[in-house]
Amino acid sequence: MIILKIVGISILASIFILIIKQQKPEIAFMLSLVTGLMILLIILRQVGEIINLLRNLAARAEVDGVYFNTIIKIIGLAYIGEFGAEITRDAGENALASKIELAVKIMIMYMAIPIMISLIETIISFLP
Amino acid sequence: MDIDLIFKIAGIGIFISIINMVLKQANKEEQAQLLTLVGVIIVLMVVIQLINELFADVRRVFQF
Repeated sequence: MIILKIVGISILASIFILIIKQQKPEIAFMLSLVTGLMILLIILRQVGEIINLLRNLAARAEVDGVYFNTIIKIIGLAYIGEFGAEITRDAGENALASKIELAVKIMIMYMAIPIMISLIETIISFLP
Repeated sequence: MDIDLIFKIAGIGIFISIINMVLKQANKEEQAQLLTLVGVIIVLMVVIQLINELFADVRRVFQF
């Protein structure tokens, strides 16, 4: 059971963090960072399976591969960006966290440009 | 990808905080400071490897 593993790791790590935080807050922060990384690494395998399923469905429905890959990339971007923003916010750097979120939004917009252009061209081709 | 990593870092943290207390009692403030720095660097090595692993996995799964 993977969920038991994740919950066990988290509880254990939070107990250790509570102990260490009074003396060495920087190492406590690293411990929470490592715990978050481990959970994400465990969960990523399942995410890969889900994406494979979606890819199969998209291939069966004959969706253009470019659009599907862009969507998957955007999901990955949001994933990493959220992780980085949460970690920096945990370390007390709210300004940096908002910058990371801004960067993620800009990158998503940037990656969506081809989709937007093809949408606009489709709409224009409908117009008389 | 093991729980050993958490034990390792927690052990380093507890060990360093205890040694730190001892050094502070012995009026060796600068050595306590250096010890903290060394501990942070050792933990940072572990963290960097894990971050690298995560980024490689994300790149593989989401096909960047």
